[in-house]
Amino acid sequence: MEVYMAAAIMLGLGALGAAIGMGLLGGKLIEATARQPELGAELQGKMFLLAGLIDAVPIIGVGIAMYLIFVVAPPLV
Amino acid sequence: MKGLAGKDPATTSEYIQHHLQNLVYGRLPAGFERHSEQGHQVLTENTWTLAHGADEVAAMGFWAVHVDSMAWSIGLGIVFCLVFRWAALKSNPSTPKGFINFVEFIVELVDNKVKESFHAKNRLIAPLALTIFIWIFLMNLMDLVPVDLVPKLLMLVGVEYQKIVPSTDPNVTMGMALGVFLLMLFYNIKIKGFGFVKELTMHPFNHWAFIPVNLFMELVGFLAKPFSLGLRLFGNMYAGEMIFILIALMFAAGAGGSIISGGLNAQLFGEGTNVFLWLVTFLLVCFICLLNLKGKLSTGKTALYSLSLLMISGGILGLSGGIMQLGWAIFHIIIVTLQAFIFMVLTVVYLGMAHEQDH
Repeated sequence: MEVYMAAAIMLGLGALGAAIGMGLLGGKLIEATARQPELGAELQGKMFLLAGLIDAVPIIGVGIAMYLIFVVAPPLV
Repeated sequence: MKGLAGKDPATTSEYIQHHLQNLVYGRLPAGFERHSEQGHQVLTENTWTLAHGADEVAAMGFWAVHVDSMAWSIGLGIVFCLVFRWAALKSNPSTPKGFINFVEFIVELVDNKVKESFHAKNRLIAPLALTIFIWIFLMNLMDLVPVDLVPKLLMLVGVEYQKIVPSTDPNVTMGMALGVFLLMLFYNIKIKGFGFVKELTMHPFNHWAFIPVNLFMELVGFLAKPFSLGLRLFGNMYAGEMIFILIALMFAAGAGGSIISGGLNAQLFGEGTNVFLWLVTFLLVCFICLLNLKGKLSTGKTALYSLSLLMISGGILGLSGGIMQLGWAIFHIIIVTLQAFIFMVLTVVYLGMAHEQDH
């Protein structure tokens, strides 16, 4: 039971952090593209790179949480 | 399908755990009890063998090899080397066509990226970046092969467990990150010499009394780089593979159902899925898509035929499973490429930082 709670907290807080970070990043991209449309493609490329970096720790959390839910928990419950 | 201790995995969690189990070759200690269909067997001495379940893997300890990860990763590396070498030998300076054009495009892309981020002179960096990008991309691409296809075909040959995506094995990703870490150490010491120690101990507080604080903070930052590099790739691929496996459960969920919910699979074969029925379905769907690519079949008809094939083979559950797999696979293509790209860019940036002499 505690294993499921731990996995739920990992998934939830990670998703919260990732969502807020991505939202800020995307907002800045749209603002910058509106100011200088000719940099649109270059900024979009940089945005995808940063999106992958922001996602890193939450996705590591998702991987560990899935491992907890499907491999660690069933023998215990 | 043989699960733990030779039984068919009847529960969903056994199915999932079966798909998450690597093919491990290691040493079982003497006195270990092996369970198989033939009965129990107590080992009289240390034996080197393939593991037959998760408990045997745990008994093998640290010095056990994941044979499937090694085979797939080394095999894909050899494929990359052979294909790119063939393209390099056949390339004509005037008019590259087709695949050779594509290879040149990739090489130019990596070259430009390296030129942007790396400002010293080192002949290793661009080939290293190309290898990292294409090799990780090929390893991640294995994730798009249907979940049960290769494992079931290999089980017919007798290989019980294996995973075809090497980057879902944390050993593989952390191994590559360790390689990058060793290169970082080597170039830091080679280019900066004693300046490297000065950098670690005197940034950000430039006073000899703060050396322990500086050292601690700089070491944490320095070690976090390869650690996060390896785990980022692992986490993305593991989560993606897990979702593929969860969606693949839909196909077997119609087992034992009516012809509407389970289709031909349920009617003819009862419990569980039959590999040949789904192999035939898969090949037919591939053939239909190929006809569409060649222009002989309109897109609307392609969708109609593929969906009705899925409906016939697996019923409503097979159809919805197929659509969900398609949706997730399309999203996962972005992740696959992006993660390989990020690994490459970060490697180049870290090695660039190792070559920087700021005074």
